[in-house]
Amino acid sequence: MASRYIANTPAEQDQMLRVIGAASVEELLVKIPPKARLSRPLALPPALAETDLIRHLKTLADANADADRYACFLGAGSYDHYVPSPINHLVLRGEFFTAYTPYQPEASQGTLRTIYEYQTMIAELTGMDVANASIYDGASSVAEAVLMAHAATERTEVVVSHGVNPLYRRVTATYCEGPRMRLRDAGAPGGTTDLAAATRLCGPKTAALVVQSPNFYGCLEDIASAAEIAHAAGAVLIVVADPVNLGVLEAPGKLGADLVVGEGQGLGVPMSFGGPNLGVFAAKRELVRRMPGRLVGATVDRDGRRGFVLTLQTREQHIRRAKATSNICTNVALCALMATIYLATLGRHGLVKVGELSAAKAHYAARRLTALSGVSLRFQAPFFKEFTLKLPKPPDRVVARLAKERILAGVPLKAFDRALADCLLVAVTEKRTKEEIDAFAQALERAVV
Amino acid sequence: MSAASYDKLIFELSSPGRVAYSLPESDVPTSDARSLLPEAYLRAEAPRLPEVSEFDVVRHYSRLSQLNYGVDTHFYPLGSCTMKYNPKINEDMARVAGFARLHPLAPEALSQGALRLMHELAAMLAEIAGMDAVSLQPAAGAQGELAGVLMIRAYHAARGEKRTKVLVPDSAHGTNPASTALAGYEVVEVKSQPNGEVDLDELARHLDTDVAAFMITVPNTLGMFEPRIVEITELCHAKGVQVYMDGANLNAILGITRPGDLGFDVCHFNLHKTFTTPHGGGGPGAGPVGVKAHLEPFLPVPVVTKDGDRYALDWKRPQSIGKLQAFWGNFGMHVRAYTYIRTMGADGLRSVADNAILNANYIMKRLEKAYDVAVPGPCMHECVVSARRQKKLGVTATDIAKRLLDLGFYAPSTYFPLIVEEALMIEPTETEAKETLDAFCDAMIQIARETETSPQVVQDAPVTTPVRRLDQTRAAREPDLRWSPAAK
Repeated sequence: MASRYIANTPAEQDQMLRVIGAASVEELLVKIPPKARLSRPLALPPALAETDLIRHLKTLADANADADRYACFLGAGSYDHYVPSPINHLVLRGEFFTAYTPYQPEASQGTLRTIYEYQTMIAELTGMDVANASIYDGASSVAEAVLMAHAATERTEVVVSHGVNPLYRRVTATYCEGPRMRLRDAGAPGGTTDLAAATRLCGPKTAALVVQSPNFYGCLEDIASAAEIAHAAGAVLIVVADPVNLGVLEAPGKLGADLVVGEGQGLGVPMSFGGPNLGVFAAKRELVRRMPGRLVGATVDRDGRRGFVLTLQTREQHIRRAKATSNICTNVALCALMATIYLATLGRHGLVKVGELSAAKAHYAARRLTALSGVSLRFQAPFFKEFTLKLPKPPDRVVARLAKERILAGVPLKAFDRALADCLLVAVTEKRTKEEIDAFAQALERAVV
Repeated sequence: MSAASYDKLIFELSSPGRVAYSLPESDVPTSDARSLLPEAYLRAEAPRLPEVSEFDVVRHYSRLSQLNYGVDTHFYPLGSCTMKYNPKINEDMARVAGFARLHPLAPEALSQGALRLMHELAAMLAEIAGMDAVSLQPAAGAQGELAGVLMIRAYHAARGEKRTKVLVPDSAHGTNPASTALAGYEVVEVKSQPNGEVDLDELARHLDTDVAAFMITVPNTLGMFEPRIVEITELCHAKGVQVYMDGANLNAILGITRPGDLGFDVCHFNLHKTFTTPHGGGGPGAGPVGVKAHLEPFLPVPVVTKDGDRYALDWKRPQSIGKLQAFWGNFGMHVRAYTYIRTMGADGLRSVADNAILNANYIMKRLEKAYDVAVPGPCMHECVVSARRQKKLGVTATDIAKRLLDLGFYAPSTYFPLIVEEALMIEPTETEAKETLDAFCDAMIQIARETETSPQVVQDAPVTTPVRRLDQTRAAREPDLRWSPAAK
């Protein structure tokens, strides 16, 4: 049967074969040795017509607890923030979403301009001089930052706060396997990085100190002190931050960060079961020639008109091959475009409001939930939109019970840290209503008594 | 004002007081968030972001989009990139709330549909490639390569072998040596024959007990099937060397032959090439990696498993290389690729390969007089021609690429593979119709003629695009990487 994605009819195929001088497509396969040929059709499920396929996929989708049907208090690196309607309409313009990497700048000024805007916005939010065009996600952006610090300092160890998202730490460990870097863990027993431990661990071998704020437990870190510790050891300070919080929270660059990386999914990118996400990567000017990934710069054309190009490409794999600063090629440009449109839409005041609403609702939720008997905040450090609750009942059972009331209560921390087996990580964005929070508190009360 | 003359950045539209967002007023008792947080953590100054209306946003980005060529609007014969049509139904399905609005840490029992989709997609990819197991986690081809090479490294280590080198042909994609170096290996470049095929004697000379893997693209980057590939994988295996297939060109062999059957131990898939997920101006893509059974214990964690009717994420894999992304992979791309494979079925995928090959050979035939074909055909899904003849007349591959932009086509890949002088690498894909291929070939032939009669026209191109050729040197020498009010 003809496929709707293939235009050529049998008659046209014959015309083409005549021009080529072949009797059949089979004749064009002469270089493939017969013994290498697949002698049967692929064993795949049968093709489905569009209406049947939609029905099938909706059945699969219906088996998932999405944030339209459930009140979502899940975070840990993916958040249910507001996504303004124009984003989806604009990224679906074929000129954006079906374009390739802008290697032919004259035919790619749209993409190049949006990346330049994105770089500007991210640099502004993070307090850095430059931002790249994106890395895959928060985890790989941390890993790339560590490798960059390794290259910049020629040192072989990295001190990572225990407050950094454990999934990010795990990815960083994978990336450090090749260069054989040693990861050293600075504990965070009180919910924030043990700065005395960090000071002890940072030394002449330390390429970087990595802290996250707010960290995995939701607690705000003392970035300025971390910067002093890193810099005293001659190391780079890498701060993992969520840019959607940076309307309210101070830019890490203002507090001494040399590199700011993190997960930008909150900036208008759907949660989509964890990907694609948006790896944010920003640095101080002096590190720009060691950055991974693509960079867009402004220049002029032959007639002196303003234009934009991919620049400093000698850092990249397609030029430098084995000596490139990173192996990254495909990035997440369309997610960066979503973030650009998001930040343009929220603007100077909207982003502040998102942060203020999230923080206010999170603190209200914490107050309501900790008013319940046996429920308390696990850590006393200040938090922003996410906090760690200690529960009197096993958190996974609590989560399962609240799910029956269409509440996704939080992320049980047992899988991440055995010492926190009685803890639940709860995130509250500006989208959660007082009504949802109150219902959560009531349901939790029933679940823990 | 024409679409092409639009020259604004969003910051230049800003007018203090305009808003484009809609946020509710706080409904909780303490709405002054600043009183809840210690002063030291608060931002001293609101970020300098634009202040625009919603319509400003919509018109600005609509107009910026018009400065781009995309597959939807232009033929995009970019070799090695498989710029085929990206079906609209894929986009609809990726946006269904049960997928798009699903949190990655939702309880497993309430993510069964998503896990099932991933499990089935992995199984379908394994069948297509003749592999035993597939991980969907890598975010892109380069990350798939990193995963694959790290698995090979872990495999040798588990056998107590210390091998330090990986062989890569000189015709390879840049990510191959870059990923290999990142995985901690010394990269050794193996010289290809002039026709792009592996030189078996040269390969045999390099194969020793220090070599962990040989990494190769099939069909190769000249668009040719490697005729002695089975001998090559056998030769490698005899020396304990693992063989990795870069799956960038998988579109050419769907249903015709399978990497696993050719003897490959690992291969990655580019869902954004063969399996129609959009390129998005540079990403996101997805780079699942497939392996033979002996490498399965080393797959990234977690692995999606099925037990009866239940799907789960299996973390208890002590030999795993670890994680590559925070979560489970670019799931939104998995939904699109799944939708595509279920749309096509086995016969449909086979006709994809047949028509991709037919289209590429048609172009090669039509251009063989006007340009020097790099290697005589038949080719697979793409063909490489050289502009060395044109260069003698002062016209380079870059000039030809730019002239194509004027004539309404995106450009082929240029100067790749590195082993062909003035290379123009053309991949039409199966989704283009004969009349489009004819129009493109007519344009290429016209440019060859212009090179002889009026080379200035080609050298001056493009003149119809929003900007003309840009000053790359200036961009690199004085990097201007962010807007500031004084810059305009």
